[in-house]
Amino acid sequence: MTDAFPRIAPVGLSGIAISFADTLSEPANRAALAFRAAIDSAGWDGVEESSTSLTSAFLRFDPLHLTHDDLTKRLTSLITAQDWYAAPLPTGRRHFRIPCVFGTDLAPQFSEAAQAAGLTEAEALHSLTAARPRVLTIGFAPGQPYTGQLGPEWDIPRLKTLTPSVPQGALVVAIRQLIIFSNATPTGWRHIGQTAFRCFRPEAPDPFALRPGDELSFTAITPEELHNIRNAQTTNGGARIEAIA
Amino acid sequence: MTRSLTIHRAGPSLTVQDAGRPGYLGQGLSRSGAADPIALAEGAALLGQSAELAALEMAGVGGEFTADQDTRIALTGAPMMATLDGAPLRWNASHLMPRGARLVIGAAGQGVYGYLHLGGGLATPPLLGSRSVHLAAGVGRACVTGDDLPIGPDRGKTTGLTLDPEPRLTGGALRIVPSMQTELFPPAERARFEAAEFTRDTRANRMGVRMLQPGAPFAAQGQLNILSEIIVPGDIQMTGEGTPFVLLNECQTTGGYPRIGTVIAPDLPRVAQAGPGTKLRFQFVTQETALDALRRYRAMLAGLKSRTRPLVRAPHDIPDLLSYQLVDGAISAHHEGD
Repeated sequence: MTDAFPRIAPVGLSGIAISFADTLSEPANRAALAFRAAIDSAGWDGVEESSTSLTSAFLRFDPLHLTHDDLTKRLTSLITAQDWYAAPLPTGRRHFRIPCVFGTDLAPQFSEAAQAAGLTEAEALHSLTAARPRVLTIGFAPGQPYTGQLGPEWDIPRLKTLTPSVPQGALVVAIRQLIIFSNATPTGWRHIGQTAFRCFRPEAPDPFALRPGDELSFTAITPEELHNIRNAQTTNGGARIEAIA
Repeated sequence: MTRSLTIHRAGPSLTVQDAGRPGYLGQGLSRSGAADPIALAEGAALLGQSAELAALEMAGVGGEFTADQDTRIALTGAPMMATLDGAPLRWNASHLMPRGARLVIGAAGQGVYGYLHLGGGLATPPLLGSRSVHLAAGVGRACVTGDDLPIGPDRGKTTGLTLDPEPRLTGGALRIVPSMQTELFPPAERARFEAAEFTRDTRANRMGVRMLQPGAPFAAQGQLNILSEIIVPGDIQMTGEGTPFVLLNECQTTGGYPRIGTVIAPDLPRVAQAGPGTKLRFQFVTQETALDALRRYRAMLAGLKSRTRPLVRAPHDIPDLLSYQLVDGAISAHHEGD
């Protein structure tokens, strides 16, 4: 199958996706981000917006202005212009240190997630606070980051039975990825941490806190500290942000 | 001075909607906007104003309203029982709502989403270029009893127009084109999908509509291993239980369920407006057919203004018919002008 990539596929009448792999890998994610940036700077007339998922770039266009065939030709030519899998990460990346309560009744699935990963709770806590996952894509809900990849021990499946509602700011884990939820949602991902971080702030000048390429790390705090952070409201969930050189 | 619309009683899901907020897919925010964009354009045509203006979308049931100044209104989409100070109002028409007059909008007889348009449009504060509420994303909120909604300045004068709405309330065949995972459904499965008659489930909202059918569930090959991919409105997502879900303007932006196809934009209002129990089918069409449909759809929207005509009142719409002097035509001015 690998030789079938990159692959161009229609997404309805006015969308087209360029997929770089059918399983998540770091090079395929970088390829998708770089390819989207190239589409944006090409500025083709008739292209209305672009986006990425974990390993694909997507663009929406006006099919009465730019035909599928014409667009496919341009994309094919752009694909061959360089080795996208070797593309660098986006510029302007940032590192967010986010305070997080692991476990307790604020994040009740921490123990079972550690167990599923074959780790003690102490090992799991050490692993998660030492990790520096990268934002691979923003999607599903506004500003919501899919980050990774964690070590292979965290390749744990999603739960078959959904948890009816996990709150905004929840840190959840599955398939070597971590997500911070933008809004309360039902989910099959395990709720292992709770932050006061808001991925989407409709009232802010820039409502979307994170961008693909940004890196996250988590500082373990107590429920009392989380309470104080929420009351203070001086920063976004107590996050400290620095530019990645 | 700003005019405002006061909501004295709000139905369960009243939201301010315009054409939506495209351009934020990369940030995980779907476009939102009116579930029935044709209704938005029809309202604009009836009031002779821009289709960019925001209206009040009413899911299933309307509410009770007054305006603090004389205000032009239009009613489009799913027809609902409507009265102004007790006198029945025609749907798919524009009217003058005098200051303080009580507009009562009841339940939809057919279809799902009715629209109340105001001359000048609703002027709630825009966010990221649109006034559309996005319930799932937490952008804005549904209206509640007691809300006052600002109305924009209105330069128009005309009321008393009507138009024949584009038919879209009774389901039927939906034209679909391939999506990213169409090939994962074997040809026999796709043929069975096209042959099936679906009923719109009660589980439906601005995010999407679930479709039921009596046959076996539909399955893709390798269904559980699909990486999350971009979703667009119209996508027909096959959930784990093999039941299709047609996604609308407020859908999530990515998803891991396979999609068998995508309903083309011109047919999506028929999905949104299908009431519970409405029958629907899916039919793959060629790209050429789909593009032709899109071309005709845009021309239809652009030509709505020319389809408006003066509202001729039917005798049964006139509340106190016996008080009119029908023989000599000397109808008092008091009764004119609606």
